[in-house]
Amino acid sequence: MIEVKNIKKGFGDKTVINDVSAVFQTGKCNLIIGTSGSGKTVMMKCLVGLFEPDSGDINYDGMDFSAMNEDHRKGLRQSIGMLFQGSALFDSMTVEQNILFPLDMFTKSTPGEKMKRVDEVLDRVNLQGANKKFPAEISGGMKKRVGIARAIVLNPKYLFCDEPNSGLDPQTSLLIDKLIKEITTEYNITTVVNTHDMNSVMEIGDHIMYMYQGNKEWEGNNKEIIFSKNKLLNDFIFASEFLRDAKDMRMLEAEGKIDKQDLDELLK
Amino acid sequence: MKFLTEFGRYLLLLRGMFSRPENAKMYWKEFMHQCSEIGIGSLGIVAIISVFMGAVSALQTAYQLVSPFIPLSTIAQIVRDTVILEFSPTLVCIVLAGVVGSKIASELGNMRVSEQIDALEIMGINTKSYLVMPKILAAVFVIPMLVVISAVLGMIGGRLAATMTGILTAAQFDKGLHQFFKPYNVFFAMAKAYTFAFIISSIPAFYGYNVSGGALEIGRASTKSVVVSCVLVLFADYILSAVLL
Repeated sequence: MIEVKNIKKGFGDKTVINDVSAVFQTGKCNLIIGTSGSGKTVMMKCLVGLFEPDSGDINYDGMDFSAMNEDHRKGLRQSIGMLFQGSALFDSMTVEQNILFPLDMFTKSTPGEKMKRVDEVLDRVNLQGANKKFPAEISGGMKKRVGIARAIVLNPKYLFCDEPNSGLDPQTSLLIDKLIKEITTEYNITTVVNTHDMNSVMEIGDHIMYMYQGNKEWEGNNKEIIFSKNKLLNDFIFASEFLRDAKDMRMLEAEGKIDKQDLDELLK
Repeated sequence: MKFLTEFGRYLLLLRGMFSRPENAKMYWKEFMHQCSEIGIGSLGIVAIISVFMGAVSALQTAYQLVSPFIPLSTIAQIVRDTVILEFSPTLVCIVLAGVVGSKIASELGNMRVSEQIDALEIMGINTKSYLVMPKILAAVFVIPMLVVISAVLGMIGGRLAATMTGILTAAQFDKGLHQFFKPYNVFFAMAKAYTFAFIISSIPAFYGYNVSGGALEIGRASTKSVVVSCVLVLFADYILSAVLL
């Protein structure tokens, strides 16, 4: 579990995160959503220690991250995996070498054991046979999967995903979402996902935090979000006419004014 | 003020390199990789430059020494000392500032922009130690070797040019190479090589590591690092000459 208390972060005169508190629970997909510039990425960078918050506390299962010295942080970071927006794979290494890298750096396993683990995680992300390919030779979706494989190879306790669906087609996005969800449940890890993809919100949002101009504007889950009365959140989620219509129909269904079967048929 | 800020950040980068390696084997592997990249990767250009540098030096010295009172073997002596004292350490390092410096700056800049450095940080790796230190150590280890090779090739080039054009015989050239040789000159050349190696690796590493933005900024950082390295090499050349000679 990651607990964030009264985080503030600014750059110069501009406040990017303003007194945000939240709890990201273990075994759940915790989503941070919001428009571009709402402070999602800065929030995530504060959580993983790439930015130092100006004030506030970040607790990883009770351990105060802000108060840790660099050595303790290094230890904790080995239990953190992160999937970056652009995957951040090492271009000069093959897929296999990218995944081997954390194992080589932090474990004393034999080469055979390491290779076995690489094959295991590649299997897990459905990338069998891509071992010898370089990042430049694979598609965006495959890069994300390699990024996930590298992030989970050391069995992390915390997984961070920054815009995992950006630049992907809807079908591949769905696969990545499912993969993140499955891994979260299977490994019982605390997953924090930064996204503005509505499909992800509906698919995997066990816990959702909506940020607006650096503030936490709304908090809930994917069942509650559709019925939220928060205007800013509604403007963000139901930006398209199609989604607004779908929401209205869901509301009618909830009020019993339309039959669920008819609605499902209609939405198909 | 901006200069002081930049200099402070440069010193912080250097200080940040000193920490216990997460895995000494991986650091060694990276150091060897950089030695190969910097050393073997630059050998071709260093060889070509050195041979022509020595050859041109021999021809131009012969052109200027017209007095019948000066023995011809002096040409070889001048070629030797010029190559050892100035051409090999300074000229080769200025070329390497372009070849190696731009490579270091663009490699680190690309890693910064594509979040690869952040990925390493999140894994718990000190990126200053893992990415910057092996580059600087490899440069300081390999570049003096390149300078020695360059000096030898420079003299060979001078000998070839002098004998092929009939300016002097091989025996006269060899005699000139041996006469009035001061081993201190080699020490001076090595002092320059170590200093320049540190400059042409640490300055581009600083600019590359601190890139922010996109592809355009990587190019700018690369260019800036080469310009600053070259100016600092020339400045250090003057200081070392004033102090050590």
